[in-house]
Amino acid sequence: MPEARVRILMAKVGLDGHDRGVKVVARALRDAGFEVIYTGLHRTPEEVVEAAVQEDVDLIGVSILSGAHMTLVPPLLENLRANDAQDIKVVVGGVIPIPDRQKLRDLGAAAVFDQDTATDEIVDWIRRELRRPRPGASHGPG
Amino acid sequence: MPTAKDAVSPDPKDDWAATELGPSLARLPERRERFETLSGLPIERIYGPDDIAGLDYVADLGFPGRYPFTRGPYPTMYRSRPWTMRQIAGFGTAGDTNARLKYLIAQGQTGISIDFDMPTLMGYDSDDPRARGEVGREGVAVDTIDDLDEILEGIDIGAISVSMTINPTAWILFSMYVAVAERRGVSRDKLSGTVQADILKEYIAQKEWLYPIPAGMRIVRDLIIYSVAHLPHYNPINISGYHIREAGATAIQEAAFTLANGIAYLEDVRGKGLAVDEFAPRLAFYFIAERDFFEEVAKFRAARRVWARIVRERFGARKPESMRLRFHCQTAGSSLTAKEPLNNIARTTLQALSAVLGGAQSLHTNGMDEALAIPSELAMQVALRTQQILLEETGAANTIDPLAGSYCVETLTNEIEEQIWAYIKRIDELGGAVAAAQQNFFQAELADAAYRYQRRKERGDLAVVGVNTHVDREASSIPFVLHEVAPDVEERQKQRLARIRRERDPRQVERCLAALITAARADHNLIPPTIDAVKAYVTAGEIVTALRGVFGRYVEQPVF
Repeated sequence: MPEARVRILMAKVGLDGHDRGVKVVARALRDAGFEVIYTGLHRTPEEVVEAAVQEDVDLIGVSILSGAHMTLVPPLLENLRANDAQDIKVVVGGVIPIPDRQKLRDLGAAAVFDQDTATDEIVDWIRRELRRPRPGASHGPG
Repeated sequence: MPTAKDAVSPDPKDDWAATELGPSLARLPERRERFETLSGLPIERIYGPDDIAGLDYVADLGFPGRYPFTRGPYPTMYRSRPWTMRQIAGFGTAGDTNARLKYLIAQGQTGISIDFDMPTLMGYDSDDPRARGEVGREGVAVDTIDDLDEILEGIDIGAISVSMTINPTAWILFSMYVAVAERRGVSRDKLSGTVQADILKEYIAQKEWLYPIPAGMRIVRDLIIYSVAHLPHYNPINISGYHIREAGATAIQEAAFTLANGIAYLEDVRGKGLAVDEFAPRLAFYFIAERDFFEEVAKFRAARRVWARIVRERFGARKPESMRLRFHCQTAGSSLTAKEPLNNIARTTLQALSAVLGGAQSLHTNGMDEALAIPSELAMQVALRTQQILLEETGAANTIDPLAGSYCVETLTNEIEEQIWAYIKRIDELGGAVAAAQQNFFQAELADAAYRYQRRKERGDLAVVGVNTHVDREASSIPFVLHEVAPDVEERQKQRLARIRRERDPRQVERCLAALITAARADHNLIPPTIDAVKAYVTAGEIVTALRGVFGRYVEQPVF
């Protein structure tokens, strides 16, 4: 049986328009063989969770370079729990000051990557963390 | 008379290759097999007269202040008037930013540049739910005319030029600026400065937008037409390559896409019946100074030459002022590193030198801490001092276009010019810059270039000192204090706004908004009713929302 392909939702939340990083990472993940969906800009945390549930993804990669991460990530995590979808891992990327990285992990983010992180490192991390398909995942190989 | 001996004597370059070069290469191979610029142009071992044999001095270079302006837009350049030292500032509420501006002026800054927060840029008031967490964070919050008035409190706007980095809502900030000047009794012909207002590069690169592209273009057109009629010394647009580059473009794409956007604005305004010579002199440009020194200098020179040729040959302009490209320049934010941040001072210095040797009219040097936060006062002081050292200590500004005639720089200038023309041709074939943006042409080009750049960096082809080479495993602490966003900014700004909403005349607000909608529908110029509205304390968010009913909303189809 081939392993089910990992599905990833890349997301931009808030008013931040910096999308160079999110698109580079999305493409690197696609080239690495993952299924990647990108929300486009200016989404609310609620919209991101709705899309993640609808698309049955394994992971959300949320990119924030505006400094509003402490306002925008907590409602995203909360919304996942409210939708009983906390098995979807959340990874935060962008310009995140060092003290805030631990805070985000404490709140439930699976990882925080900064602007100097190599895309290969992100790919390796996902392969390690999502080696097996989630129990009950219904989607087949893409 | 040639002799038999001359006929067989080897070509000096071949002789050098055989005698000196060959043995040297055998003993000491070069560091790389192939050298190239950041945008991928090949860099030869050595350039010589043969490389620029086709260069016609008068036609291709000429003299500063004369067509084709390759050597600079003015005859005396920095010998008469140094570039404007214009450090951008903006954070918190109006009072916070006003204090920073006054500090910078006291340190010798010669122009003002204001950065706005995301809600202001995107047309949301500070009390809008979408603004939560972003008020006063990346720039200063402006909801009403009083905010702008307070930002400029104690600053003589009749004497110093004010640049506002704002795009989809530029026409509102412009209207506030005109209204503030009126409040202070400063006549409009004394106002100088600029709003960025380059909406095309927003759809392409920076991604701040309100309305669909045709409505966005119409607003810019209204702004240009109003400004050239009423503010003779004001630049109503800064056609910007900076953000295109930061979004991933190469130097060639930056210059080409920016000039293609310039063509679109020329066509658009001319389509309203204005002659090119009536408004082209007021169009200004904005480029980045990135890490590849000679390529950047060549880019600035090539951009000036191509623009001059476009405006004269394609648009038939007659006035030299229409053809001369003037630009503001900023060092490259994305070249800065969070690791070992003091190294950013060296990076910024070299980038600033390329801007000066490239003939910039105005310059912002980045703070050493900008990969980490909004710059601190100390970071801005060092950045400003860098410019002052360049001007007053190095002698780099004492002769005009000193790299002219360099075999290398002239070759690069020619090659960049050639590739800019090739892009402009492709964009013309797509129907021009507006159509190309609607077809995601630029967006796809940028996504490709950004990805290639990232892969080069990760392969180690592109060194970033302190990050992927010469990494100090021990280094961790940041050797200076970072700017912090005051936790009460959002609340303070919301209270200011609430008071204004309480105290203003609601019927007048309604009347102003109705007049705006009427003007928008009738295709009348939007600036006069916007000036009336901001005087009546209508907020930026209210204006944006009212016109959404007429113009609709822009929805991007992203490509990656």
